[in-house]
Amino acid sequence: MNENETKTVNNLSQIVESLYNQINVGDVPEMSLALRSKKNITFDSRHDVWTYGDLKTTRTLKNLNAAHMMLRTVYTVDFIKDQIEQQRSSTLREMYYISEGWGKAKFHSQDESNLLAEDLEVISKCMREDFKLRPEESGAHVYGNVTFRTMTKKGMKNIHCMDDVAETGFAVPYNVDNGESFQIAPTDAEFIVAIETGGMYARLIENGFCDKHNCILVHLSGQPARSTRRIIKRLNEEHKIPAIVFTDGDPWSFRIFASVAYGAIKTAHISDYLATPSAHFIGITPSDILNYDLPTDKLSDKDIGALHAELTDPRFKDEFWTNEIQAMLAMNKKSEQQALAKYGLDFVTDKYLPDKLSELGL
Amino acid sequence: MPSAKDDIITSTAAKKSIAEDLAKKQREISVTEFFEKNKHILGFDSRAKSLLMGIKEAVDNSLDACEEANILPDIYVRIDDLGEDEYRIIEEDNGPGIVHKMIPNVFGRLLFGSRFHALRQSRGQQGIGISATIMYGNITTGKAVHVKSMIEGDIARQMDIVIDTKTNRPVVSNDTAFIWEGKEHGTYIEYYIAGKYMNGKQSVYEYLKNTAIVNPHARITFVDPKGNTFVFERATDIMPIKSKEIKPHPEGMEIGQLQKYAQNTAQKNVKAFLTGDFSRITSRIADEVLEKSGVSEKTKPDKLTRDQCKDIIKALGTVKIMAPPTDCLSPIGDNLIKKGLMHVLDGMRPDYYAPPVTRPPKSVNGNPFVVEAGIVYGGDIPSDGPVQILRFANRVPLLYQPGACAITKAVSNLDWRRYGLEQRGGKGVPYGPAIILVHIASTKVPFTSEGKEAVADFEEIASELNLALRQCARNLKSHLNKNERKKKTRAKFEIVQEILPMIAQKSADFLDRPVPDLDMTISKIMNVIWVEPTVEKKKRSRDITYTVFNYTRDVRSMRIHTQVPKESVNLSLYSSLGFVEMNEDGKVTWELTDIEPSKHVDIKFELTGEMADTFSAGDVYVSGINPVMVMGADALPGDWGIKGMEIKTYESDLLVDEDDDAVEEVENLDDE
Repeated sequence: MNENETKTVNNLSQIVESLYNQINVGDVPEMSLALRSKKNITFDSRHDVWTYGDLKTTRTLKNLNAAHMMLRTVYTVDFIKDQIEQQRSSTLREMYYISEGWGKAKFHSQDESNLLAEDLEVISKCMREDFKLRPEESGAHVYGNVTFRTMTKKGMKNIHCMDDVAETGFAVPYNVDNGESFQIAPTDAEFIVAIETGGMYARLIENGFCDKHNCILVHLSGQPARSTRRIIKRLNEEHKIPAIVFTDGDPWSFRIFASVAYGAIKTAHISDYLATPSAHFIGITPSDILNYDLPTDKLSDKDIGALHAELTDPRFKDEFWTNEIQAMLAMNKKSEQQALAKYGLDFVTDKYLPDKLSELGL
Repeated sequence: MPSAKDDIITSTAAKKSIAEDLAKKQREISVTEFFEKNKHILGFDSRAKSLLMGIKEAVDNSLDACEEANILPDIYVRIDDLGEDEYRIIEEDNGPGIVHKMIPNVFGRLLFGSRFHALRQSRGQQGIGISATIMYGNITTGKAVHVKSMIEGDIARQMDIVIDTKTNRPVVSNDTAFIWEGKEHGTYIEYYIAGKYMNGKQSVYEYLKNTAIVNPHARITFVDPKGNTFVFERATDIMPIKSKEIKPHPEGMEIGQLQKYAQNTAQKNVKAFLTGDFSRITSRIADEVLEKSGVSEKTKPDKLTRDQCKDIIKALGTVKIMAPPTDCLSPIGDNLIKKGLMHVLDGMRPDYYAPPVTRPPKSVNGNPFVVEAGIVYGGDIPSDGPVQILRFANRVPLLYQPGACAITKAVSNLDWRRYGLEQRGGKGVPYGPAIILVHIASTKVPFTSEGKEAVADFEEIASELNLALRQCARNLKSHLNKNERKKKTRAKFEIVQEILPMIAQKSADFLDRPVPDLDMTISKIMNVIWVEPTVEKKKRSRDITYTVFNYTRDVRSMRIHTQVPKESVNLSLYSSLGFVEMNEDGKVTWELTDIEPSKHVDIKFELTGEMADTFSAGDVYVSGINPVMVMGADALPGDWGIKGMEIKTYESDLLVDEDDDAVEEVENLDDE
């Protein structure tokens, strides 16, 4: 075991030891960890991202749900320790299935196992990658003027994300930090566009947007996976490439932007590792809907609920977001990226994006 | 079918009024015409109902006859479909049999042998008589009824009977004596009828099933037209208490009735008639009535004029007369209702049989009555429809006209939402996984019409129905509350019995240390006294164990109470741990002293006999300790043992789960 692995095992073992010691002295075992909700999101000015604050939640064995979580914690730690010692790894989904053999400790859904893995990250201050747990699917796709040096079946290869890939782009692996399997070559790309929908990502590629503007396109594919957010952050911070985020104009898209730029609530403990604070939101904004007279849908009850939730979300508590959210509530409408096609297929690349980019001085 | 004796005795005021009408009409019209004109009031308004009516009459009579003769009934019913809406019905019982020369009259003469001067609770009063249905079959198919009957120790007799519809006289053929193999006593009838066999709520099957519920002492076998055999086994060998005959009570009497009584009495003068032939008319009251009505006490009863009768009725209304005696009634009783329900409904695996309620007798229009009610809840009883209401009058199921019946109305008028059932707007038949049983026993059940399918909505009856149903509903509610608490308790048990030991074991293995002792942690989590009943079912007995755990940190003492069916008790109860006493109601008290923390004790005893399965082990109470600390048993109510008491439920802070799960707020932020 290397040093990092030893540290991981030690940190995890302490969790089990604490439970054991409490039982051993006849106490009702408790486990404390940062409260993982928007109530406990605070701004970390050192990293310019949102992380968990000081609020704690305590799981006590008196509560049946908490008791189940504690039991799973012990089994999961044991499983991870074995895995590290044997130099194996597994997917989160595999761990969920492995728990079938744990009796009462088994997970009833993959959400439960995913949440617990994150809890263990929070408590142990280690990363899921340290646990040798990987997500089922890797990140999304990258297209544009950048070269990745990455592991293939035939050893390390340089892959340029326009010249060496099909029109779908380069598939981001789940770990973009392991220097032995993934490196980013220096690039002169001028900016990154992170795009919510596959349709818009394909439109920009087809319209030759990267040729004209010397940029990198990242397909977020809905809420972005950790590695997708991490690769944006690395391109942005290590290679000094500005990032912009281009999404649909609805409440859920605002949250996609927030998790790219500010840090997601579920992974706030590693926001400094995943979030790109300098990322810009370019749209679709409620003002775009008005200015471009875009085709719209009425907000659903869920949409309205989401907007109200965002008004109390500390990450959105600035003038820009408060105005945009209020504006959307007032017009009671939402719109999609691809609604720009109302003005033709080239409108987004010839007019909309260039206008937005020049506003930002790119 | 009725015995000769029974048929003579079985008479009701209801039949009387028909009889009167008939007596007039019979001179002018044929029986056939009579049936045609009165189909609806007689219950032959549909073919399906005609078929059921005959069987109902036959079975009711068999049950009455067996009861009268103190025989545990064994009844066989068979229906054969002969095609073209014609059916052959066979009904056989093990009753006392019918005297040979009475057989033709019993089966072949409409409203034969009614006697006016006696009232008693019987099934027979509800129908139009077996003879009428047989006559109906006779008319619709032209075929004779075949009857076999045997009195114990006598030779068996059989004969075919048709009815001369002009004279309303039986015509007998093939009257022979025969050897009835394997039969000691009983009656067999086989007749043909035009009808229609149907399934569903108003089917013969449903009627027999419901009959079995309220007659747990009967064994009923049914073969349907497809040849399927259903046996409703006897649930108890205890015969119902024989109902006593009483004399009519003057309250609510009509002039026609009084005239009839006066014509038929054996008394020599009107004073003797009043005091001797009616209940609750004392010599003093008779004098007062006669004085007020201006009738001489020497008047011969059969010489009373219509006006005199009228005056007597009027005078009776002005004097105060005691309510009729009520000891003439034979309710089913709470234990046997439960037994019957359990026996027949067991296939639905209900979770709960609420303790059935038998109300004290009351009277309406001079007729004593008793209301009984029971509720069955949960299990496989469908939960998405309206609750099923099983209505009974004098142990006979009522299948028709539910909407017009006082029973249905009483159920609908109760706000069941307070008691844990769904009900739109707090009115109407409630929804949920429940079956409600209501039985009214009376010397004369007041029906809405001659069809005798719905109980009339008299205020006295409505009020008793309401009280009985409310008591049942309260029991149901207390059961549901208990369930709720049990759920919470089960959660704690899961924690201390399964999860905590697993955590301890796994973490000890992980750390390579010894498994820690869990007692202290368990006590801190539970912090209660836990009473857990277990019942082990054996063929003829039940092994009962009350395990009392002390999951607190102090030494504890307390008393445990429950009520057992007294007849099921044996020595094991008296020698059980901490036994103190059992009173005459079967209420048992145990005293447990100084149970150490983290320790438990077992109270074990056995119940035997057929009532053993009626014991509700979950109805257990504690005293001598703060009930808030106890789970699995309720506080001993001050009026313990008074049926239908409302059991106070204690909600305590100790039992409330700590709500610590503010953690996983649901947010739509799926990153991965």
